[in-house]
Amino acid sequence: MACGSRTFADVFAATAPDAGVVGFVLASLQNQTRPVLWVQDHLSVAEAGGPYLPAVSLSGGILRVRLNRPTDVLQAMEDGLGCSALGGVIGEIWGEPPALSFTATKRLALRSEHNAIPCWLVRRGGTANLSAARNRWRVASLPSTPNVYDAKAPGDPRWRVELFRSRSAQPGTWIVSHDRASDRLHFSAVSGDGAVAASHGAVGERAPG
Amino acid sequence: MARSGNAPPDDLPIVLAIDGQHGPVIHASNRAARQLGIHKGARVVDMRALCPTLQVEYADPAGDMRALDQLMLWARQWCPWSVVDGTDGLILDTTGSDHLFGGEVALLVAMEERFSQLGLTTQIALAPTWGAAWGLARFGPVRALCPADGVDTALAPLPVKALRLTEDSALLLHRLGLKTVADIAAVPRLSLTRRFARASLESNPLLRLDQALGQLAEPLASIEETPPLRALTRLSEPIEDPTTHVPELCADLCAQLKATEQGCRQLRLTIYRTDGEVSTVCAATSRPSRNATHLARLFDGKLERINPGFGFDLIVLEALGVEPLAAAQYGLDRKAGDDMALAHLVDRLTARFGIKAVTRPVRRESHVPERAQAWVGALTAHTDADVPVVAPDRPLRLLETPEEIRVLYAVPEGPPAQFIWRRQTLQVARYAGPERIAPEWWQDKPGTRLRDYFKVEDQTGRRLWLYREGLHDDGRGGIPRWFLHGMFA
Repeated sequence: MACGSRTFADVFAATAPDAGVVGFVLASLQNQTRPVLWVQDHLSVAEAGGPYLPAVSLSGGILRVRLNRPTDVLQAMEDGLGCSALGGVIGEIWGEPPALSFTATKRLALRSEHNAIPCWLVRRGGTANLSAARNRWRVASLPSTPNVYDAKAPGDPRWRVELFRSRSAQPGTWIVSHDRASDRLHFSAVSGDGAVAASHGAVGERAPG
Repeated sequence: MARSGNAPPDDLPIVLAIDGQHGPVIHASNRAARQLGIHKGARVVDMRALCPTLQVEYADPAGDMRALDQLMLWARQWCPWSVVDGTDGLILDTTGSDHLFGGEVALLVAMEERFSQLGLTTQIALAPTWGAAWGLARFGPVRALCPADGVDTALAPLPVKALRLTEDSALLLHRLGLKTVADIAAVPRLSLTRRFARASLESNPLLRLDQALGQLAEPLASIEETPPLRALTRLSEPIEDPTTHVPELCADLCAQLKATEQGCRQLRLTIYRTDGEVSTVCAATSRPSRNATHLARLFDGKLERINPGFGFDLIVLEALGVEPLAAAQYGLDRKAGDDMALAHLVDRLTARFGIKAVTRPVRRESHVPERAQAWVGALTAHTDADVPVVAPDRPLRLLETPEEIRVLYAVPEGPPAQFIWRRQTLQVARYAGPERIAPEWWQDKPGTRLRDYFKVEDQTGRRLWLYREGLHDDGRGGIPRWFLHGMFA
């Protein structure tokens, strides 16, 4: 599945403070035992907060770099992708800075594939302009699954995940629910969408990693 | 104060204070204060009552110790061995070096003169043993000189405190009627031995007397000053760009470190301009290293900010924070291990973006959400607190400061049914909670209100973490306010 490959992918949040994006990225980095480099720019931290360790289940630990300029974020991500000890690199960039050009994303993609380190760029408040990302996603939160213990309470998270451009897989839209007890992602097709229902959205597909 | 040029006049009483058990106590006083009856160890409030015009400054004992360490090395101009004695003394072993200064008397005068040029008053004595010199300097005559065969006669009239005894022990001897060193020497040794059989060296007058008389050895363990590790390049022609010389300097420094089996945690590159300007660039590593290519890369992009002026003619690279580092074994593929690669990444990121930018989250033992996680610098070693077995439901993202929300439609129990956050109206579709988190009384300010946390889901499916600060009837402020603290996946 496209979301577990060791390559460069970018993922767009439907609304800026939506943490579903982060949940989706972390679920696909789940089996990492090595540390993850997490680079955030200043605006992303102010608008959407920082990672909160009690809820983040990355066994290798986090190394966070907090920077002001998007150029520095890209530079730090590139540095991280050159280090073989990392299990993944997550970057967060706000808006559409000019530094985030096609060349910059191409550099990230090539470095990520060369060292086989999964690299995710979380983008908020921006549009999907030209990028060399191998897979491009869009994630929005949906009302959660029913909670078996309390009908009034929210249950396991559910997202509408759209793969709108990909090199290796067929684009499509899925309803993804994250089973927190077993730490798995369940992909299911969006009903009424014939193009997607074809093959990829089998229910119960294992969270890749 | 004397250095910065705002020293108070000698006739005003001034004291230095440190924190005691019951408020500040006096650590040191000047002559005017002593004449008013202000003594060390008294409480500042009591002494203020005695002298309302008393000026109080806070003492800096750690800074004093550092200065004394430097002074100890400075004093090696008179002899090769010196050591710090307690918090206010220096012991110099001048054996065989006094004739260089024209004899013992001339040596003492020279010392007093050089110290007074530094702005320091001294009480100096010269004696064959450490103990005798200590006593004579504090309780003896000015510039006391004690010949090798006259230690007992020189010490005889001094009070028992001159034997470096603890306060308790000196008081006990005083009560026994033994007031001077001569009194102790006159008492039969056996009876004193019996009384102080279990006393430690500091409170045993007989052992202290033996030390002062030279019957018990007390050698002086002089600390060698370690020479700084540095590599330097002198240039015959001034250059504008020092970058090309950095790898060479690093290789030179690493060779020196390797010879002594050491690694450095910090590097300082000092660049001297031809017109006398000096600029320094620092870099740090997360673990001791002597890898020349790695250390050279830490200066990438840092040297361009230096204003070259008319060029540089001297470049010095110093290793600071030197620690022992044994040779490491590489794998067969000549690659360092994962932890080494990670340490190098941390170093590079820190060198480029600063210490504050690169951090690591650490669990802390606290149930207040923002305190359960702390960000520590990635360069420092860290330890995680024990993680609770049953982890409560926590959001994936936490806002740095909770954002206040405006409640549109409150309900008596549970979270508001409608609220405004960031100028958007949100409706609560489902919620879980409350989870009550009380303030931590041992570190929160009195009057801090408790929080009731709710996990809510809005109409579009976003899951948020709200809390109400306080209760209606807790008597700690007005109507409770609502805040948004984090987002769930």
